[in-house]
Amino acid sequence: MAERLLDVTGLTTTFRTGKKTSVTAVNNVTFSLDRGEILGLVGESGCGKSVTSLSIMGLFEDTAGKVASGSIVFDGEDLTKLTTKQMRSIRGKRISMIFQNPMSSLNSCMRVEAQLIEAIRLHNDVSKSEARQRASKMLSAVGIPDPEQTLRSYPHQLSGGMSQRVMIAMALCCEPEMMIADEPTTALDVTIQAQILELMKDIRSRNNTSILLITHDLGVVAEMCSRALVMYAGRIVEEASVEELFASPIHPYTVGLIASVPKLGSGVTSLPSIPGSVPDLSAMPQGCKFAPRCKYAQAVCRQTEPELAPVPGGNGRKCRCHLFGKEEGKEAQA
Amino acid sequence: MSEETAKVLDQEPLYADAEALPTAQNRVKAFIKKFSKRKAALVSLVFLVALIVVAVISPYIVPYDPAAPDYSHMLEGPTAQHILGTDEFGRDVLSRVMVGARLSLFCALSAVVVGTFLGTVLGLLAGYYGGILESLIMRGSDVLFAFPDILLAIAIVAIIGPGTVNVIIAVAVFTVPSFARIMRSATIQVKGSLYVEVARSLGCPDRRILWTHIFPGTIQSMIVNFTMRIGTAILAAASLSFLGYGADVTVPEWGSMLSTARNYMTTAPHLVYVPGVLIFLTVLAFNLLGDGLRDTLDPKLK
Repeated sequence: MAERLLDVTGLTTTFRTGKKTSVTAVNNVTFSLDRGEILGLVGESGCGKSVTSLSIMGLFEDTAGKVASGSIVFDGEDLTKLTTKQMRSIRGKRISMIFQNPMSSLNSCMRVEAQLIEAIRLHNDVSKSEARQRASKMLSAVGIPDPEQTLRSYPHQLSGGMSQRVMIAMALCCEPEMMIADEPTTALDVTIQAQILELMKDIRSRNNTSILLITHDLGVVAEMCSRALVMYAGRIVEEASVEELFASPIHPYTVGLIASVPKLGSGVTSLPSIPGSVPDLSAMPQGCKFAPRCKYAQAVCRQTEPELAPVPGGNGRKCRCHLFGKEEGKEAQA
Repeated sequence: MSEETAKVLDQEPLYADAEALPTAQNRVKAFIKKFSKRKAALVSLVFLVALIVVAVISPYIVPYDPAAPDYSHMLEGPTAQHILGTDEFGRDVLSRVMVGARLSLFCALSAVVVGTFLGTVLGLLAGYYGGILESLIMRGSDVLFAFPDILLAIAIVAIIGPGTVNVIIAVAVFTVPSFARIMRSATIQVKGSLYVEVARSLGCPDRRILWTHIFPGTIQSMIVNFTMRIGTAILAAASLSFLGYGADVTVPEWGSMLSTARNYMTTAPHLVYVPGVLIFLTVLAFNLLGDGLRDTLDPKLK
């Protein structure tokens, strides 16, 4: 068993919407991440994937969001209890983040070199020229063929794939133990996407970096991760190893997600979809949050919310569904 | 990296725009090319540069001593000797407006520089930190905004007394709120951009984010407003000296020249026209220049 790096327990994040009202974007989320592991966090837009990552990074300083309860233990330290200053020394140095849109992640007023040097010098006491050398090395490490030219460029002169490589170099320049990749390939086209994923795998195997990969692309999860969490409406609805998740999804939402992925050669003309849409955070249904969209929903589903319970015989596998284990549930899967 | 990846990588275009080489000269060249297409702004720039040059070297090139009276040629219209005529003491109007440009431009420019500096700092702080600080700064500028510009300037000069420095202070004070507002909204806009979040995710401290990441993104709004406000400031400074709140009345200044000329409006109208038209042209030129700069610099209009 690999060493545990991150333990998120009962994480609940709320956003203030008015003087006394607030919505809960992430509700009682519990998961863990080992060193060198790539963990997938899957779900559709607005299900709380990104908020989970921002909670870990503590990047709520001046928005209305805050971690209401729960703990985020990173290498033995609870991140929710750290001061702003302590948190700043962890951000970028021990945990770093890659964002969705590489083209706007870089400051368009600064050359690539200035931004990389800044990122290096924020956490390392090195001279400008040393930092520049390191920046150049980092760029070649992420597969940029002409680091010197790229260093002198402004971000608008780089293509999307190049920008994402620069972003990854920036996230890696302090050799973090953990990297949060928030939909790192969504804005890129398919070939570049494959390269970036390959690069992230490389980094993982070279530096034993843990990666929390947030995505809505199940293909990416299948390709990259060993384990995956499925989120719906701010809750984890299923946790399983990737093989199990694709071979035998349990939660009706996961089933629907996997069914809606196009398969080559299947000859289907229209893809199945999940009816309805994600419930509004301020008007959550009572009971199971997925019940209104679930075709197997029973009376019990609409009244009480199921727990995230371990699946019998399923090697750490968990699922949040009333129907699982009962006759109806089994029929539902059949 | 696997060999396969490396192979695909070779096919990926290195630069989105291979023509645009990353040099500062290219950016300047592109700016000049774009700016020179805006004829009005270009003409304004030439006019203003000429005006500033004349103002600076005026003591050496004036045809007559601007303070020397000539009682045999009082209130004369334009003649061959005095191209723009003479005033009530027979002083050469051309020499006086040339020298007067110094004080008028100096007052306006220094007032706007001071006002821009204060307004920018306040706006950045308000926009970035928000909360009570923002409320204090923005409500403060709302209060100043509630007064008409010139009334506010008169009130300030009435409190601290007339004089060149006090006129500058008065004009600077009413320049501050407009900058604070513009810079605050620009700051909030840039603050929401992804690269600021990236900087934060890298552990960048607030002060650094504010000055190295946010401020450069707001500079364009600042430059444009700066040129626009100079026009207003010239007008305000001239108005203050027209009303007698300016510097020593014996020192030539466009506003005070206009003020004295008022008494002779029917008999010697050229005395009103010359400084009046100059104020008008200068304010217009600064505004047109500001428009041109905005069109060239604003990335949203590209």
